[in-house]
Amino acid sequence: MSAALIAQVAIGGLLMGLVYALVAAGLSLIFGLMDVVNFAHGELLMLAMYATFVIHENTGLDPLLQLPLVAVILFGLGAAIYRGLISRALDVRFNTGMVQIFVTFGLSIFLVGAAQLAFGSDFRSINDGFLSNRTAAIGPVVLPLSQLAAGLVCLIAFAALVLMSRTEFGRALEATREDRDAVALIGIDRQRIFSIGWGIGAATVGIAGVMLTNFYYISPTVGSNFALIAYVTVALGGFGSLLGALVAGLVVGLAEALTALVIDPSLKQIGIFAIYVLVLTIRPRGLFGRL
Amino acid sequence: MAEPILELHSVSKSFSGVAANVDISFAVTRGEILGLIGPNGAGKSSLFNSISGAIVPDGGAILFEGKPISGLGPVACTKRGIGRTFQVVRSFDSMTVLENVMVGAFARVQRARHAMARALEVLAVCGLDGRADTPAHALTPPEKRRLEVARALATEPRLLLLDEMLTGLTPTEAQEGVQLVRAIRARGITIIMVEHVMEILLPLIDRAVVLHLGRKLAEGSPAEIVQNPEVIRAYLGDRYGT
Amino acid sequence: MSLSLRPNAITKRRRRELLVGAVLLVLLALLPLPIGNVYLRGLIVLTLLYAGLAQGWNVLGGYCGQISLGHALYFGIGAYTSTILFTRFGIPPTLGLFVGSGLAALAALLVGWPSFRLSGHYYAIATLVIGLMAELLVQNWGFVNAAMGITIPFHAQSWLDLEFRVAVLPFHYVMLAYAAIAWIIAWLIEGSRWGFYWRAVKDDVEAAQSLAVRIFPSKMAAASISGAITGVGGALYAQYIGFIDPDSGFGLSLSVLIALPAVVGGVGTLWGPLIGAAVLIPLQQLSAAWLGGAGGGVDLMIYGALIVVLALARPQGLVSLFGVRSQAGGEVMDNG
Repeated sequence: MSAALIAQVAIGGLLMGLVYALVAAGLSLIFGLMDVVNFAHGELLMLAMYATFVIHENTGLDPLLQLPLVAVILFGLGAAIYRGLISRALDVRFNTGMVQIFVTFGLSIFLVGAAQLAFGSDFRSINDGFLSNRTAAIGPVVLPLSQLAAGLVCLIAFAALVLMSRTEFGRALEATREDRDAVALIGIDRQRIFSIGWGIGAATVGIAGVMLTNFYYISPTVGSNFALIAYVTVALGGFGSLLGALVAGLVVGLAEALTALVIDPSLKQIGIFAIYVLVLTIRPRGLFGRL
Repeated sequence: MAEPILELHSVSKSFSGVAANVDISFAVTRGEILGLIGPNGAGKSSLFNSISGAIVPDGGAILFEGKPISGLGPVACTKRGIGRTFQVVRSFDSMTVLENVMVGAFARVQRARHAMARALEVLAVCGLDGRADTPAHALTPPEKRRLEVARALATEPRLLLLDEMLTGLTPTEAQEGVQLVRAIRARGITIIMVEHVMEILLPLIDRAVVLHLGRKLAEGSPAEIVQNPEVIRAYLGDRYGT
Repeated sequence: MSLSLRPNAITKRRRRELLVGAVLLVLLALLPLPIGNVYLRGLIVLTLLYAGLAQGWNVLGGYCGQISLGHALYFGIGAYTSTILFTRFGIPPTLGLFVGSGLAALAALLVGWPSFRLSGHYYAIATLVIGLMAELLVQNWGFVNAAMGITIPFHAQSWLDLEFRVAVLPFHYVMLAYAAIAWIIAWLIEGSRWGFYWRAVKDDVEAAQSLAVRIFPSKMAAASISGAITGVGGALYAQYIGFIDPDSGFGLSLSVLIALPAVVGGVGTLWGPLIGAAVLIPLQQLSAAWLGGAGGGVDLMIYGALIVVLALARPQGLVSLFGVRSQAGGEVMDNG
């Protein structure tokens, strides 16, 4: 096992880690905003990937160019999900927490079924995009350009998220999270904030999805795999912490890649799960989170 | 004084830099009814919370029956025999009156039958046995107060902390409350009461401790307290207009 | 102290519940006799199994307020343990199920110990992740035949070995007994110290603490009971179907199906899991059978939509439609 190989695997893992970080950031944002865990988060990713695929098939538009388009579509979808379902779930008089879990869970099952109906269970992929089948070499390390680009775009999107959190809107989000009831008094429209928050959360995952289509397969169940990694990442990084999502994403990506190399590719998730169990026992609130 | 059931030695507590209790010391004799008096902000609630274990004092020591209890937490303190009511009534609204009191009774017994028997007995003492099957949220405010007391009584405390049990009641209801307090003391339970209603409290208590701005201002019999010029100025003065 | 308690709402209600339960038991025992259709009988058997599983889940999820999305872990442990002991070591499942349920209870304690500190969603996620982890591990574990699963060969008709040929009827009574015992355990817990404590904590944590309510030990107890009940169900299922594999033993859809009946029927109630199972399982089975194969996804859409609609429309559970006491405790998951 050469140093070059290890370096290649590690860097590949870190790049995937950036993708995981972005997916986790979307989840963390929504949770941090309103204490809601979106169990349909993976399915939003899946929908973004299918959207990219469909648009590409019908218009030939390259995934890279679709980024703003799909981000907007997912934004709208996220906001719609909030307005249509989540706000209703939060208004429920009994067992609110449990209702919200099962509403998003039911939604995820529904979306998987819808995707199966619309596209069938076969794996799809985009093979003729700008980034497909190209590699870049950095010294002895050779990386697929698509993965490199994915990591880069996700990092940029992450930075955008951080910048946004510093703006007035970001502070309004923070204020709404701190005290939901009081913000109405200072003129912040809670419903609007929540809708936008969901929109952004969905859009982030949409960006990750678009970049994934360049090198990952597309299927109705692709979301559940990423969702799982997202939960672990958010738990590791700490719910509600953007920095935590980034650090944790990198750790998870790296762990997954190294586990695949050292143990067995089919068991690569074991590394991630082991981390999760460790975090759970030693530091339940994660690296940067507040429980 | 015989061995005191409760001793406070220089108990202090601050919240975010604001001193709630400063250097509070006094002792409570077994079997007496002690009044904890003071205007709002005097530090009565945090003292209550310290004694019942809900908060941990920053300094000083609290001894219950000779053993230190600060920092043990509310569950341990209740197990040792300290019961309390809350100023804002906190009933278990999804349960009936009987079920509420049974929760308290389970502190001493394991089996539901036994808990039920003890709960029914306590309800009788508190005059609530006619309402045993009423959902707790459907009680009138004075009944809810009595439920608070009954629940705490069911844990078989030797020291009972009553937090503004008589506040906001009509004169008739207040008199019934006084009778209940006397009935509790007759069972050998020591009582510390926080109250604002002076007219009701002073005839009821054996002794009083007056707090003002976090410190102990005075201590003594009701007669002594009423005549203490500092007390009058700080607290009673507002009420009695001297 | 005299223990002749005067009848009150609690004792009357408890007696009524026992009466209704007994009547229901008799009816269910007679139910399959006029039904000749094997498929229908099988459907009832599955419904009874899930009634028991749901009741077991409800002990932890409903009464104790810890929503578990990974209960398949205990099901799978029970199923695999009993199956391996039977196929490899010749130990009859009637004994094997005790071992399986014991191991499942132990697993529940191990899972609960670090995760009960977590509030609501965190706990749900933890159970989800652990459940998926278990499935992945089993899929790659050669000793249990990894992804291929284990088939239980049929030797001879036997009650001890819980082996019956094509006859479904004996399994009906086995599953009925399972559901009945699970129900009785729930009934006992409801009236016990723990039952009261869990409801108190859901209503007001501080007040509960002032009454010396310590709930971590009782949560651990709830976890082990819940795990044990689920484990037994797994063992019985394996014998019934004659086959077990990582998907049918540890899959996520299984975890969801175990949790749903109580949620749909009414968490933290005695009848909720039963009503939920009676509604959901036939629905799920029939829609999977008619729509699953060719329809490709329609069954999932209906299933998912149903969950959403029921959760929003009847958050306190279907049990509230019957005027039965619909909330055996305040907010689930608010205690944090």
